[in-house]
Amino acid sequence: MGFFLETLIGGLMTGMLYSLVALGFVLIFKASGVFNFAQGAMVLFAALAMARFSAWIPESLGIDSAWLANAIAFFLAGALMFAVAWLIERLVLRHLVNQEGATLLMATLGIAYVLEGVGTSVFGTDVYKIDVGMPKEPVMILEGTFEGGLLINKEDFVAALIAALLVGLLALYFQKTATGRALRAVADDHQAAQSIGIPLNRIWVIVWCVAGLVALVAGVIWGSKLGVQFSLATVALRGLPVVILGGLTSIPGAIIGGLIIGVGEKVSEVYLGPMIGGGIEIWFAYQLALLFLLFRPQGLFGEKIIDRV
Amino acid sequence: MLYRENGQFKTSYAADQQIFPIAQDRWAILGLLVVAFIGVPLLVDEYLFRAILIPFLILSLAALGVNILVGFCGQITLGAGAFMAVGAYAAYNFHIRIAGLPLLFSLLMGGVTAAVVGIFFGIPSLRVRGLYLAVATLAAQFFTDWVFLRVPWFTDNASSGSVSVSNLQIMGWQIDTPVNKYLFCLAFLTVFALLAKNMTRCAVGRQWMAIRDMDVAAEVIGIRPLFAKLSAFAVSSFFVGTAGALWGFIHLASWEPAAFSVDRSFQLLFMVIIGGLGTIMGSFFGAAFIVILPIALNQFLPAFGGLFGIRISTAGVSHAELIVFGGLIIFFLIKEPHGIARLWSTGKEKLRLWPFPH
Repeated sequence: MGFFLETLIGGLMTGMLYSLVALGFVLIFKASGVFNFAQGAMVLFAALAMARFSAWIPESLGIDSAWLANAIAFFLAGALMFAVAWLIERLVLRHLVNQEGATLLMATLGIAYVLEGVGTSVFGTDVYKIDVGMPKEPVMILEGTFEGGLLINKEDFVAALIAALLVGLLALYFQKTATGRALRAVADDHQAAQSIGIPLNRIWVIVWCVAGLVALVAGVIWGSKLGVQFSLATVALRGLPVVILGGLTSIPGAIIGGLIIGVGEKVSEVYLGPMIGGGIEIWFAYQLALLFLLFRPQGLFGEKIIDRV
Repeated sequence: MLYRENGQFKTSYAADQQIFPIAQDRWAILGLLVVAFIGVPLLVDEYLFRAILIPFLILSLAALGVNILVGFCGQITLGAGAFMAVGAYAAYNFHIRIAGLPLLFSLLMGGVTAAVVGIFFGIPSLRVRGLYLAVATLAAQFFTDWVFLRVPWFTDNASSGSVSVSNLQIMGWQIDTPVNKYLFCLAFLTVFALLAKNMTRCAVGRQWMAIRDMDVAAEVIGIRPLFAKLSAFAVSSFFVGTAGALWGFIHLASWEPAAFSVDRSFQLLFMVIIGGLGTIMGSFFGAAFIVILPIALNQFLPAFGGLFGIRISTAGVSHAELIVFGGLIIFFLIKEPHGIARLWSTGKEKLRLWPFPH
């Protein structure tokens, strides 16, 4: 029982990271109808920027406090992601309005290549560590309830808290501010939003900025857990089944889908994996999503906008 | 002046419905085939065969398959790499497990197996479409990656996980030199391209296009979506699977699942989109573009940097390659969303009026 719960919690933690990636997908898809394959590259780019900035700043500015250096690095990396978002809108999306979904998809793949190339040539290709001072030591809880108790990483808890905080802030932003209302209007209906005077281009920049910020948070958490390396870019592929499961247009769907996929992967890997050879994590998530598509094409919480085929 | 159909009258339906109604086109294609079959083997050196021509031919074949599904039937797929893998491994198993089976038959059986798997993974297309379908086909990709890596039966229990074939021959004709390999692939491609062209002109091809343009309307006029979609998946996977078998047998000779990873699927989709969706010609243009671009960049970037006194390291070149590749893709999508094939047909239209455009 204790082992099962540990597996479950491990799955939830991975799932939370998937949720953050999926959140980036959903935000952009809702607002612009673009399926953003570059989300993984954005996570990589943001994490690389954060890792390098936090290493460069103490050297060049002579700041001793690690906390301050990290804060400045985070701020700079965030600004960089804003610049990236603005450039993407300016150079790519603006010219591709009203193109087919497949064309836009390919364009984001192109963006992903460019981001990967720029990121690795500016920041280097080594494996970097992001150290934002998260507590590392594991703790035992519930020792009275089970034999042996549960072994849990404090770091995971902090990460989960940060993610929850981020989602809460986003929800507030979307529900309570004027810009948030405009974002929701655009997500609902482009033409109607435009006709009441909401500037589409600016909304797209904002939504890509928000997605960049989410990518930065995901990158920092991921990087401080596992280190920043090139393979981080493939995380987009791990996020895809999540959005399918949760529904392409639903933010709660992305969160819950991520948790389900995370738990499903871990549990299947631990209990089913040894029987059929292991390494089944990656396709298990996809099969789960595929099965889901057959019975509930709009996902868990997605709007039922898929036409009958 | 040179390229127009004035004076070429058709007196029978057969003449009216031939693939290339304009005589100049027929001669041009015939000339191209002669050059490809006779001229190229005499003139070109081995490196070019190995690095450009053979990959180009095989990937064009795969791109043709993807184009049938994406361009003609409108079903986005990101699982083309998976069907290449199925074709390659199925052909391998037919090749080694049944002694004396002709090579040609093994290769085609690879395609047939891929077609069966393609039909299976095409079933979600009856429920969903667009991006959802793309993700559904990714499921095929990751599943086959895993199967060929982890299930030893498929790789004949090879300890290293990679399989290899050798001593390929057809009726005593050894396929060992680059020239022979080239000719073999070229023959395959010629037959398959003709097949694809005709298929898109006949009833089934028109059903695909009707489904692509508007599936509800197609259903109303009596086209069965189930048949049309699954047949597109089958034919497409057959092409892609055969290309995969050729890629493994002829081009690589020894391969592992990584040769057919998700990157390959993306690459194939790039080919059809850059080349031109829904055109046979576009598959060739796209394949040529994607095959030649990285090699050209690799060759020219250091020299280009040298012009400005910048020395680009090898790692720098590979990064710059990524940037330029991505940038060019975006540029093409913005400037010509209908692909290179559209440029080609615009050029032909212009040529018909040239030199008196009014």
